[in-house]
Amino acid sequence: MRNNRLHRAFTALPFVALPGGASAEFESIVEKVEDPAAGFDHLWFEVMVDITIIGVIFALLALYFLFRYRRRSPGEEGTQKPLSNLNIIGWALIPAFVFMADDFYMAAKGWQLYDTYRRVPENSLEVKLESAMWTWDYTYPNGVKTYNELRVPAGQPVVLRMTSRDTIHSHFIPDFRIKEDSMPGRVTYMWFYPQKPGEHIVSCAEYCGQLHSRMYGKVIVMPRGEFDSWYQAEAAKLDVKLTKLSDNRGAGQK
Amino acid sequence: MSVLKEWIFTTDHKKVGLLYLIGSMAAFAFAGFSALMMRAELSSIGPTITNNPGDYNVWLYFHGAAMILGFQIPALTGFLANYLVPLQIGAKDVAFPRINALSVWLFYMGLILALLTFVVPDPPDVMWTGYPPYSTITFANTALYTFTVLLLGFASILGGVNFLTTIAFMRAPGIGWNQLNMFTWCTFAAFILQLIFVPVLGTAVTLISLDKYLGTHFFDPSSGGDVLVYQNLFWFYSHPAVYVILLPFIGIVFDIVATFARNRIFNYKAAVYGGVGGILLLAGEVWIHHLYVTGMPDWIRVGQMVTTLLISIPVGLLFISLVGTLYKGSISFETPMLYALSVVFLMLIGGLTGIPLAIVSLTLHVSDTYYIPGHFHYVMAVAGTFAIFGGVYYLFPKFTGKMYNEFVGKLAFWITFVGVNVIFFPMMIVGVTEGMPRRYWDYAQFPGAEPYQYWMTVGAAIIGVGFLLVLFNWIHALFAGPKAGNNPWGSRSLEWTTTSPPLDHGNWEEVPKIEEGWGPYEYGTEKT
Repeated sequence: MRNNRLHRAFTALPFVALPGGASAEFESIVEKVEDPAAGFDHLWFEVMVDITIIGVIFALLALYFLFRYRRRSPGEEGTQKPLSNLNIIGWALIPAFVFMADDFYMAAKGWQLYDTYRRVPENSLEVKLESAMWTWDYTYPNGVKTYNELRVPAGQPVVLRMTSRDTIHSHFIPDFRIKEDSMPGRVTYMWFYPQKPGEHIVSCAEYCGQLHSRMYGKVIVMPRGEFDSWYQAEAAKLDVKLTKLSDNRGAGQK
Repeated sequence: MSVLKEWIFTTDHKKVGLLYLIGSMAAFAFAGFSALMMRAELSSIGPTITNNPGDYNVWLYFHGAAMILGFQIPALTGFLANYLVPLQIGAKDVAFPRINALSVWLFYMGLILALLTFVVPDPPDVMWTGYPPYSTITFANTALYTFTVLLLGFASILGGVNFLTTIAFMRAPGIGWNQLNMFTWCTFAAFILQLIFVPVLGTAVTLISLDKYLGTHFFDPSSGGDVLVYQNLFWFYSHPAVYVILLPFIGIVFDIVATFARNRIFNYKAAVYGGVGGILLLAGEVWIHHLYVTGMPDWIRVGQMVTTLLISIPVGLLFISLVGTLYKGSISFETPMLYALSVVFLMLIGGLTGIPLAIVSLTLHVSDTYYIPGHFHYVMAVAGTFAIFGGVYYLFPKFTGKMYNEFVGKLAFWITFVGVNVIFFPMMIVGVTEGMPRRYWDYAQFPGAEPYQYWMTVGAAIIGVGFLLVLFNWIHALFAGPKAGNNPWGSRSLEWTTTSPPLDHGNWEEVPKIEEGWGPYEYGTEKT
């Protein structure tokens, strides 16, 4: 029964069921998963270059004007002439179209990355998250629960289906460049792609009262094998409890 | 006693304006003090000056609410609008002087209510955004927040009715729409936004108090409500509110730059109809960028990413006009001009760092980190405050008849200018690199943020010194400043044609005569 459940949790994961020899297939699957965090770093850099260029142009122009046209005698006045109608329209439309082109370019790039952020890969490990003041409660597909500690295997995308018991929280993992609010009455989701074993901070990013700043936990990325044995051991504990409960039936029950 | 009575019951737009100035500066002082307390707390990891995160949350609530609703909006649409608009359009007063007096009374009542934060038990800790369900389940006094917002909002609505009527119908004969000062245009646009959007905010905060105190379930999902309705209502007002602040402050910056460059506004029509008009058109279609990580449907997130990016077009046109006004000018660098030019610089940084925030996929990481307060302090908070201070310096000779000390003015400017950059630039960096989330009383899980936090606190102390120096300069000049002439800056604009200070009621002996071809920025032509 337990093995069945565990198996069902990973049916979307061909490479788990595959024997060790099929490493070529394993590689091809991993390559298909685009990492939004890497996409973020790339687009962020691009946008920074873009805005720095615009900023430097405006700043240098302003500084040059300030120096070149400084007042030389007290009674002096500026000598700018009114613009002709053609100039008025030109100086409005041309910059407007230049800005608009840049806007659309960035919107397209942003949308593309957003698509990666929102399209959950098929082989993801799905974990349920229920947040509350001030804790993160995770439930794995086999019923294992953890608190403020999300253990995940390296090399498999993880999707969180999130809701909240009391107020709004936001599950923020800075290292994976992702956050999404969890709130009562709605289910939201986020996914991320842990590739190397390690520990990452999860911290609340939506103000939730007194201990908002203390509402943090860890994402622990474990090597595949370690994760599997941890996962099975935890599931076994769960089954032991269930058996015990069923052994001690209350009075009057069959 | 009679002096007090005269000020309280005044219907003169200039006195009402000055009352707004005094009240908003008081709000600025208290909100600034809470900022210093927060910075002191954050200077190192662990409890620094208070063991109680609740204290920090109250300071943070008060800092945000009072700075936006008690300082910036009243200083710009209360003080500057009241003082300048009738003078710039050659009117004797606003259209409804008694309603004007009522709005300043409501403003003071709102201010007193806000200051009760420091007196009542369980003061509000709901942040200036007041998101439910937290604001409806907290033990804190959310009603104080609701009624502060309602009073200040009501004052804004009355101001909107008043100023739209005044600008539309009370211009001196001969002043057409294309001869208005940029500040008047921007005030006109800002009040259109206030009139449309403030009622939505009023609704949102009222529903919160109904939920909390009368047991309704607007935002309670367990009874069929929805928590996100509030955030939509709130930001439907509060993003346009950013432009309610931005428009008047960029308007006063235009007027200051034109005066001290003694030059016409470059491409005035593009600035007014493209810049100000474009912002009016787009203001109400971008609020979702505050809800990028709340699980709103993807189509609206992507849609409003595009509208938000398009805001760069009107803002860009305003920028081109602003920088272009320097071209072939005759530029001098008195204190108001330094503030105005620094606003150009601050807005350049703040505006451009807003572009990644428009892009929904980048916001998934930086939303609710220190990058956000870094960005909006540059573009709105500090730029707006510097524009207000520049405006007060600019008008100081007009409303007091005295001149401030130029050296102290410039010294104080440079101290504050250094201070704000020491705070807010590292703030943006630590938000992106460390992912340091905002609204944190402590940050043990982000040890990498500590050096940044330390220097930000140093910056806050520098700003504190700078602002005290400004205050000293003003008060000293008020009592001991040398007499200023009627037009110390050599401006062509109408407000400088009257005496300093202007006549008590009526502003001019007779309605100013407007010659054909007159304009507030017609420099380099024969004086008429």
